[in-house]
Amino acid sequence: MAKTDATPVLELTGIGKEFGAIRALHDVEMQVFPGEVVGLMGDNGAGKSTLVKIIAGNFRPTHGEIRFAGSTVHFNRPVDARAVGIEVVYQDLALSDNLTAAANVFLGRELKRKFGPIALLDHKAMAARALELFGELRSETRPDDLVKQMSGGQRQAVAIARTRLSNARLVMMDEPTAAISVRQVEQVLGLIHRLKEQGVAVMLISHRMPDVFAVCDRVIVMRRGEKRADKPIHETSPEEVTALITGAKEAA
Amino acid sequence: MTMPMESPITFSNVGKIRWWQRGIFASQTGYVLLALAVLLVIMHFASPYFFTEGNMQNVAKNFSFIAIATLGVTFVIITGGIDLSVGSMMCFSAMITSMVMTELSAPGSPAGALFVHMAADGKTVLANVPGLILLVSIVAGLGVALVVGLVNGFCIAVLGLSPFVTTLGMLSIVRGLGYVVSNGRGSFPGGPDADYFYAATSGDVLGVPVPFIYLVILALAMAVVLHHTSFGRHVFALGGNEKAAELTGIPVVRVKIEVYVICALAAGLQGIIISGWLGSAPANMATSYELNVIAAAVIGGANLAGGIGGPLGAIVGCVLLEVIRNGLVLAQVSSYWQQTLVGVIIILAVLVDRIRSRMT
Repeated sequence: MAKTDATPVLELTGIGKEFGAIRALHDVEMQVFPGEVVGLMGDNGAGKSTLVKIIAGNFRPTHGEIRFAGSTVHFNRPVDARAVGIEVVYQDLALSDNLTAAANVFLGRELKRKFGPIALLDHKAMAARALELFGELRSETRPDDLVKQMSGGQRQAVAIARTRLSNARLVMMDEPTAAISVRQVEQVLGLIHRLKEQGVAVMLISHRMPDVFAVCDRVIVMRRGEKRADKPIHETSPEEVTALITGAKEAA
Repeated sequence: MTMPMESPITFSNVGKIRWWQRGIFASQTGYVLLALAVLLVIMHFASPYFFTEGNMQNVAKNFSFIAIATLGVTFVIITGGIDLSVGSMMCFSAMITSMVMTELSAPGSPAGALFVHMAADGKTVLANVPGLILLVSIVAGLGVALVVGLVNGFCIAVLGLSPFVTTLGMLSIVRGLGYVVSNGRGSFPGGPDADYFYAATSGDVLGVPVPFIYLVILALAMAVVLHHTSFGRHVFALGGNEKAAELTGIPVVRVKIEVYVICALAAGLQGIIISGWLGSAPANMATSYELNVIAAAVIGGANLAGGIGGPLGAIVGCVLLEVIRNGLVLAQVSSYWQQTLVGVIIILAVLVDRIRSRMT
């Protein structure tokens, strides 16, 4: 699926990260192309979250270089990563319970209408756009309901709708299918397909083998802070990936 | 946006939340407002003096004396913080205002020469520009509040100190500074602009006390800011989930500093208004007012855990406290009971809200 002639949207070279004496990541190389869905797998402590946090701008890498759409980038804060077009759906979803669904979707980039020098929130437009996004996600979520009163799937929809707002070029999803119903897993996977159709690169961090094999073009396996495998999905199998994750097979 | 609101989704499993289960009807503010209405009716039958014009004016004036500061502290409480320095701040701002006013009105002093001159009789001091001294002294009073708010905000947002400890320290620092600058004597607004000062702080407009008018204007402004600007939205988001707020790119540090500045300014303004009513700014003015202010905010429905609160709640809390105080006086109950009762009401209000949220 990966077109080698296209510029990778994300390119990591020699990424390493140390926390004091602990080496969390070592010499990670990776490329993600537009419209590609990459599964990032690995056991707890394999370095997945550290890698995601580096790409998202939460941490700065100790070594190595990040290139986004061909140019070198340095992220000091998550906002910097967002500015170039990297969106993250966090596992704990990062929602404000006391706000409505629409408010959460637009948090930090509210739509406003100018009244002379004063800019007031445009509640109507935000609710309409949020409803549209929930419609795309086929989630029964009302923009005006408080997130506090929502189910796990609805919360997921709110968090994913947020990434659809900006024209993100890379969306990283941290365990998006971990805590939701079977029906909604289908919806989330459907959404990933739709992102892909629009040329958005998706990085799926997941423990759920069936989901990875259902949507990903390529799978990357991490173990002990290193990349152990990077294979097109049709050249591998769940058994091989499991062996790579557990260390039964060292590399592929 | 051509999309009609009843567009792509059909809600088969998710019911609509009824109007009486959302918004103010499902909030502590709503319940306390109801309790207040009941209390007003009881007061009407208990005392024939309660609903007289004079008493109503009194009540309106008295609760306005803590309500503006309550609006300010509500901002801080919504973000999940607390400001214990409001009482000291009221005193300090009031003191600076009246000291600057007195200083600028002294004809001999170097600063005074710019603002006043002696009348032909050699005794009466006249202002060069009427109202200018008042303006400068109020700006000075609010200026020190701004500085204190910035320091609070800096310690809490940038240095990461706990709001409770920071503002507890600031309570003592500001009160101490008040004693230092005044030598413990207190100060009095004086000079040619003193009459303007009294008119602007404790006067009436068509029978309505001026502090009440300020309160209404500020409360309306606060409602607009909280619910219709992105700053207000960020204040709520910060109280709801600070980590999420940070991840979504909200300027958390700036918003935090801003709420502490707003709170200090509100307290400063409140102090200046109180000193106009008292006719002086004694060094022990507004001692322990921070407790009344926070109590009023909490009774009105602001949640100390953050994320919930608003101007209506702040005012309802203040009115309830004042009506109870006023009622106890009219009923000739010893005013010492007031404090006990206030404590009971704080706990009751929070308890009712807890029971309600368990039921739904």
